[in-house]
Amino acid sequence: MISNLINRKIFTLLKVQYSNMLEYRVEIALWAISGIIPFFMLNIWTNNNLNESINISDILLSRYFLCAFFVRQFSVVWVVFSFEEDSLMGKVSPYLIQPLNPFFRYFAQHLAEQITRFPFALIIAFFFFIINPESLWIPNLSILLLSIVSTFLSFLIQFLIQSIIACLCFWTEKASSIERLLFIPTLFLSGLLAPVVSFPAYVKSWIYLTPFPYLIDFPANLMSGNETNISGGLGMQILWIFLLYPLFKKIWSEGTKKYTAMGS
Amino acid sequence: MNLGKYLTIYKKFLHTSLASELEYKANILVDLITAILSLVGSIFLLSIFFQNSGYIGGWKFEQALIIQAIYTILNGITNTWFNPNLTEIVKHIREGTLDFVLLKPIDSQFFISLKKLNPSGFLEIMLGFFLLFFCIRINQINLNLSFVTLSLVTISCSICILYSLWFFISTTTIWFVKTWNAIEVLRSFLYIGRFPLNSFSFSLRIFFSVFIPIAFITTIPSEVFLGLSQLWKILLEVIVALVFLITSRKFWLFALKFYSSASS
Repeated sequence: MISNLINRKIFTLLKVQYSNMLEYRVEIALWAISGIIPFFMLNIWTNNNLNESINISDILLSRYFLCAFFVRQFSVVWVVFSFEEDSLMGKVSPYLIQPLNPFFRYFAQHLAEQITRFPFALIIAFFFFIINPESLWIPNLSILLLSIVSTFLSFLIQFLIQSIIACLCFWTEKASSIERLLFIPTLFLSGLLAPVVSFPAYVKSWIYLTPFPYLIDFPANLMSGNETNISGGLGMQILWIFLLYPLFKKIWSEGTKKYTAMGS
Repeated sequence: MNLGKYLTIYKKFLHTSLASELEYKANILVDLITAILSLVGSIFLLSIFFQNSGYIGGWKFEQALIIQAIYTILNGITNTWFNPNLTEIVKHIREGTLDFVLLKPIDSQFFISLKKLNPSGFLEIMLGFFLLFFCIRINQINLNLSFVTLSLVTISCSICILYSLWFFISTTTIWFVKTWNAIEVLRSFLYIGRFPLNSFSFSLRIFFSVFIPIAFITTIPSEVFLGLSQLWKILLEVIVALVFLITSRKFWLFALKFYSSASS
């Protein structure tokens, strides 16, 4: 009975958000295009033969960056910006009355957006293979499933981190600047611009203890067939989720007590 | 056009926007840390590229740092002036408050492009200049009058091109209403301005000098600093900057004819 109810709620939320997102398909297409930085990086790597020093062939590197593009497309999170706007406009108040944590609403929004984005990402990948036909490959089914799971886990980690930051809106009005600060290490350390294998040793020694390489580098390596420790990577992703979730619960319950309904 | 009047008005703009931005002092500190980290991150990325190869696209590491410095200065200018004002345009058009701007007895483009100011971008500009002076020292560049004039001319041209690109996209808001994501696309393209143009493949080089003149924005001023630039390149940059400025002005006046206010 209860699970049935939850299922119905989630289904309705997803349906509403999906039709909402379809209205903004042009924006989502543009957003998909704005994620093509990994391809520019690939261009620098191969054009200057930088990959020879890290023992990755041109083909594997181009697959890596394509996968990095895909993982990024399906793990983009912007919950802090939505929540900040809603809390400044006083929209959070009605959400709080409903018997559903408002973050489920944002979560459904993100999932719906990913579904809308999927065809555009495929089109970009199609063009990529036209330009680089030699890098076309078909990953085997189990690896593909595992990498989808790890991409989703990466999305969950980022969603949790941003939700924690978003809850800071209860104390300060501009939580998004903290998110912009945190985005910088995510950008440079996650493997979006350069695979973590290529990092100098003094960074590699500690980076695997942080969540960053599991956001893009690990799922992208998995999907593209580059060498990676599958069980270790998945384990670390799950560990980070288990660490972040209680923190989010805590900060959410503290924050809602502080909430003072702005704009109403 | 009365220059004195515009100067007085600009002083008022400065005063009001500084007063409102300094309300969020902690925010400015967070923005400063963000700017520093983002510079450290890009130098880190650059050092990865250079760790096994002395040259990238014919540029040494010390020389490529000049590009980073100029990019940081320009990015600071974008964050100080272009970004806060041009996101405001989107709001003006969506909410119909552009009416009030058009009714004022001053130039609407002046009002819209300079009304707001974000002081945290100043710190980024300063950071860029620090790096630039450091680069001048390690590259043993002689400062003389003609060199200083040339570099000032090219950097001001870059600023004009950058401004026109931003203003162009914001102007399209009059037709498309929501252009946030188009700005994101521009931002991601501008990102490649951090690297020497020669490090990209031929087709990308053409794309970034003909369609979106990012090549002109950072590479040519850096070449001037190194004394590598030919005169025709500098002249070309001046012409491109003028063309961009004039077209963006014409485009704004043209677009205003289609402005039909909101909710009226």
